[in-house]
Amino acid sequence: MVTNQAGIKRNGIQDYVTLRATALIILAFTLYMTYVFVCHSFSSYEEWKAVFSSVYMKAFTFAALVSILMHVRIGMWQVLTDYVKPPRLRMILQYVLNLIAFSYVAVGLFVLWGV
Amino acid sequence: MQLTFSIYRYNPDVDDAPHMQDYTLEVEEGQDMMVLDALLALKEQDPTLSFRRSCREGVCGSDGVNMNGKNGLACITPLSALGGGKIVVRPLPGLPVVRDLVVDMTQFYTQYEKIKPFLINDAKQPPAREHLQSPEERAKLDGLYECILCACCSTSCPSFWWNPDKFVGPAGLLHAYRFLIDSRDTATDERLGDLDDAFSVFRCHSIMNCVSVCPKGLNPTKAIGQIKSMLLQRAM
Ligand code: SF4
Ligand code: SF4
Ligand code: FES
Repeated sequence: MVTNQAGIKRNGIQDYVTLRATALIILAFTLYMTYVFVCHSFSSYEEWKAVFSSVYMKAFTFAALVSILMHVRIGMWQVLTDYVKPPRLRMILQYVLNLIAFSYVAVGLFVLWGV
Repeated sequence: MQLTFSIYRYNPDVDDAPHMQDYTLEVEEGQDMMVLDALLALKEQDPTLSFRRSCREGVCGSDGVNMNGKNGLACITPLSALGGGKIVVRPLPGLPVVRDLVVDMTQFYTQYEKIKPFLINDAKQPPAREHLQSPEERAKLDGLYECILCACCSTSCPSFWWNPDKFVGPAGLLHAYRFLIDSRDTATDERLGDLDDAFSVFRCHSIMNCVSVCPKGLNPTKAIGQIKSMLLQRAM
């Protein structure tokens, strides 16, 4: 099942569940960050850094980043198979978009590591 | 009172491209009529105008057209329901046009065929008279069996426009669910197995265009939701 995540031929139910599960994590992260921004007024980088210093927050942020990666993979595959009919062009677009999504996770990981 | 119409015309034998043609119809002041009656009157003026119709009372499903941007059956859509002004009639969107308002429904029927729209019962000994159902079991088919396959729903569904070869579409899925919950049908698992890919069912994003146009007041989105949860349960 796990290998399907990277597969070209996608599985309907798995995608359906993954899209919703990752959407929940992204939503939770967005809400939490909104709460952080509303309730704190950051006056220095140190305060901002402190938010991400706990291991829980790091795990949460990482989970959100991975969720975005998975959500984008499936979502963009759906959009591209709807609107881009030439297979080669679609493959290229898919590759570029996946690469961007992957870089988000990679860069995010380094940033979190550094905090 | 004069009514104006703008009707999609295309005869592939003669025309290079489709065009809209204007017509006017003289009717008694304050008189209402169905779009189909208006089309028939216009056909008297111009016999080359082509469209399908048969029962003229919303039963056969042959006169699905797009009126002022919304799909429906011409025979049960009164002109008054379309608001004032020019009435624009086009063929059902997304399907190849054979001529004028007549579309080629092959893609639609191919999807219908795929869901095996017939009762499958593998009982060794068929009952002597008939497969009996309790009133409760029978009630589950309400809101499903009434579909007349007019294609108004599937041709208003963006997912069907983009993938008519892979997405079954609301009409086909409504029928799929009709057989999935039929107590007499024994092929539930095979039926679900045929639908669990990424396109057949899951291309439905619950936009509900299908619900808003169905001339029979049916709700394909709800049926599709039920199929999705059956598929989920089966996968767990
Ligand atoms: S569900 Fe409604 S709109 Fe769709 S084919 Fe059946 S009757 Fe027509
Ligand atoms: S609810 Fe689903 S089937 Fe109905 S129009 Fe929307 S995408 Fe199509
Ligand atoms: S002519 Fe039969 S449904 Fe309209």
